[in-house]
Amino acid sequence: MQALTNRAEGVSRKPMSFMERLYIPAILKGMAITFSHIFKKQPTIRYPEQKRPFSPVFRGLHVLNRDEEGRERCTACGLCAVACPAEAITMEAAERMPNEENLYREEKYAAKYEINMLRCIFCGLCEEACPKDAIYLSETFAPANYTRKGFIYGKEELLIPNPKTNPEAYAEAKGLK
Amino acid sequence: MTLLAFDWALLIEKLVLIAVIVFSSLGIALYTTFAERKVAAILQDRPGPNRAGPFGLLQPFADGLKLMMKEEIIPNTSNKVLFILGPGLAMTAALMTCAVIPWSSHVELFDRKIELQIADINIGILYVFGVVSMGVYGIMIGGWASNNKFSLMAALRGASQAISYELAMGLSLIAVLMLSGSLSLKTIVGEQMADGNFWNIVYQPLGFLIFFVCALAECNRTPFDLPEAENELNFGYHQEYSSMKLGFYLFAEYVNMIMSSAVMACLYFGGYDIPFLDESTLAPNIAAILGVGALLTKIVIFIFIFMWIRWTIPRFRYDQLMNLGWKTMIPLALANMLITGAVILWRAGG
Repeated sequence: MQALTNRAEGVSRKPMSFMERLYIPAILKGMAITFSHIFKKQPTIRYPEQKRPFSPVFRGLHVLNRDEEGRERCTACGLCAVACPAEAITMEAAERMPNEENLYREEKYAAKYEINMLRCIFCGLCEEACPKDAIYLSETFAPANYTRKGFIYGKEELLIPNPKTNPEAYAEAKGLK
Repeated sequence: MTLLAFDWALLIEKLVLIAVIVFSSLGIALYTTFAERKVAAILQDRPGPNRAGPFGLLQPFADGLKLMMKEEIIPNTSNKVLFILGPGLAMTAALMTCAVIPWSSHVELFDRKIELQIADINIGILYVFGVVSMGVYGIMIGGWASNNKFSLMAALRGASQAISYELAMGLSLIAVLMLSGSLSLKTIVGEQMADGNFWNIVYQPLGFLIFFVCALAECNRTPFDLPEAENELNFGYHQEYSSMKLGFYLFAEYVNMIMSSAVMACLYFGGYDIPFLDESTLAPNIAAILGVGALLTKIVIFIFIFMWIRWTIPRFRYDQLMNLGWKTMIPLALANMLITGAVILWRAGG
């Protein structure tokens, strides 16, 4: 039969020579190889302490953004929910009251904003759909939880810390630090 | 009054010695499990367990705790008495060997000369053999009592393997006995320490090789770990075991490793002898402590070699194992014995 590629090698059926039947030289050779690996550099990244650097376009967990004055940018327009191919986003809109100008940037805001992280496929289409730069995907990843309910992230989990009242946490969440 | 005339100090001395030796061998075995994982990791370019405590040093305790906390399962089709007896027997047989190993010369405490050996019986090495061959009962009984076909297969393999390799081991040992003329391990070590004598490895390189390979087989270590072949027999004879009973089986393997390393060190590498040093010039207590250190160093080196082999060589096939045992090891051991005998006779005559 003609071989599919010229890389195939036939199986050698010839009886072992005396040296081969001694096994010892081959065993010592193998042991030398494993011994040499003691001095090799380990490629391991010790995860929680060391982290592999991500590319700038990495898509991790979502963050709801605030503007420079600490006001929520989201206007609950629902474009992200429409764009979402996994239907992971739900929200409820509310109207801004006259004394809430320091909390919300526009007249309308999201009273409830939930992302189901088990449904989410981290495609980033919500980020692209958002006209207000209110949602973006961070470099945080691998969330863990004891219940399925815990994977439904509300505004408490998603909102970025306020840059006015808590600038350090804000800078950290932004990845500036 | 004859009862009170007994040397009570001797009894206390031996009891303390037994406690120290048994607990320290268990402690060493504990850390051998850790060393196994570390050596495996380092030989495979991995860091190994490093989370529990500094450098992962508490890992064996975490493993032990995990095994203790596991549910104790006894299959209802098993033979319950034998099922519980199996791991106990494996562990007992493994630990009993340490009774005749001379851990060092003697220390002088409270005007007493205390031998650092539990029992210097004149058939020491025969005792080792008797106990080691009892170890296979642990495997056989465990495999039989599980009432599981894989376990039974493993038990059969273990038994036949132990029988075939014990023969070659005994034959290679006869050559050593002819050299030293004694079955007492203390005398064998003393012979190697004497002026003008070298370690037995110099006289018996082939004998040592045979003994070493057979020791691997007796300890069920790779490449002879057929009784617990994970991928063909689902961990073999301890498949049905859980919790600390499984722990005993796994632990017995490491205790066996330590004991066979100690026996090999005594038989072929001068036991507690420190190379190029005349111990008689030192104070006896210092010499004894250094001797323990020397023996432990030899044991550690042997254990490392055991592990190094395990993480290098794949397992033998069953027929290859039997071929090697009966058609290679036994004839070689016989030849070694005959040649040694002939040389001894020739030298005595000349």
